[in-house]
Amino acid sequence: MSRRKLFLMFAGLVLLQVLILNNVYMGGFINPQLYVLFVLILPFDIRGWHLLLLAFFLGLVIDVFEDSLAIHAAATVMLAFARPYMLKLLTGKQPDDAGDVPSFRTLGTMTLFTYALSLILLHHMVLFFLEAFHFRDVTATLMRVVLSGGLTLLFVIIGFALFNRPSAKR
Amino acid sequence: MRNLFRFIRRYHFFFLFLLLQVVALLFTLSSQHFHQAHLFHSSNTLVGHVYQTYNQVSGYMHLREVNQQLLDENMRLLERQRENFLITDQQVFEHQDSVFRRRYSYLNAGVINKSVNRRNNYLTLNKGRLHGIEPDMGVITGNGVAGIVMHVSDNFSSVMSLLHSDMMVSVKIGKNDHIGTLQWEGGDYRRTVMSYIPPHVDLSVGDSIFTSGHSLVFPENVFVGTIEDWEIRRGENFFTATVKLAIDHNKLSLVYVVKNLMREEQEELESAAPGGIQF
Repeated sequence: MSRRKLFLMFAGLVLLQVLILNNVYMGGFINPQLYVLFVLILPFDIRGWHLLLLAFFLGLVIDVFEDSLAIHAAATVMLAFARPYMLKLLTGKQPDDAGDVPSFRTLGTMTLFTYALSLILLHHMVLFFLEAFHFRDVTATLMRVVLSGGLTLLFVIIGFALFNRPSAKR
Repeated sequence: MRNLFRFIRRYHFFFLFLLLQVVALLFTLSSQHFHQAHLFHSSNTLVGHVYQTYNQVSGYMHLREVNQQLLDENMRLLERQRENFLITDQQVFEHQDSVFRRRYSYLNAGVINKSVNRRNNYLTLNKGRLHGIEPDMGVITGNGVAGIVMHVSDNFSSVMSLLHSDMMVSVKIGKNDHIGTLQWEGGDYRRTVMSYIPPHVDLSVGDSIFTSGHSLVFPENVFVGTIEDWEIRRGENFFTATVKLAIDHNKLSLVYVVKNLMREEQEELESAAPGGIQF
């Protein structure tokens, strides 16, 4: 992925998140966090510290828009930290083609689902518990994690399908 | 020392993760200390402009509704005008009379960003310091309480919504002036909770709730909502009532920012008294 494409995707996902998705009211419980797609879709061979810093910055930008202190930054950094381990766990080894990004083609449908779902749940867990800031309404918060996570997964999978069409490959 | 560096380099991924996570958590936990950091709030200029631009486009979709609200509000104000009343007592005071001193003044502003689906919700307004908005001013609409200004930049301000876990408003029941505290408990954005109502108070469905005026932020008698239900919660000695909010926070578009002209005087006096003052 070129730098330009990365930048466009970053800006596009942030705007989509803060202008559209955050303004859709779905029962007060559900708030999909599509912007995590950016961290999920970064190339396999990205350096660890690039990954972490990009994730931190992405989270912080979302936080600034949402006035939410640094909870998105914390959640997204957690996701970025878990990403290499999750990839290693799921694929056994780094894929051969170094410049590749996670996609239906490189990971396979089932693996991609597991990859996205596990990291999204981790991210939402950190996010919504930090937001609630206490463990009083654990069930309510868990509901938010699961419901929002499900919708995020749906959007992320659609995102993967759109971004990684064979014709769109650079 | 070399070994230490080598160790850090070997595990730099983990250490960087730790560092970033600690920074993020510190920032979140010690939010009070960063109140001056405008960069990190939606009142900062870049973010404000993004929301402003978006709002200029999307705002058109709600014009009809907003106009209707303004008409309703104008009608209510017209109803209150002096000319509508026959003066039967010659001993009335004019508003211009020197016995009346202005306590609150109002600024109008547009909401350019809002949320209702998080535990702690915020609004962003399209006016800021240059227009005279300062932190801790109240934000109301024609028929309800919207929030309190937290941060201001030159042209924008960010507002802690009524739908925020730190937001407590002192309110009263219209018919008998009993005081309680309004605090949102999350979930449905159309309903909130009024607590600490003494159990001997006679409540009924539909009772109106107003601001109590026991604060430096909101004037007295701003309508908040109506009582829908009440209970005595386990382990408590007070009624806790569910209040249906008068304003639809998801549709906020025009608001008034309240400036309390006597705030400093009152604050100075009350700072001598121990204990906090709620909004």
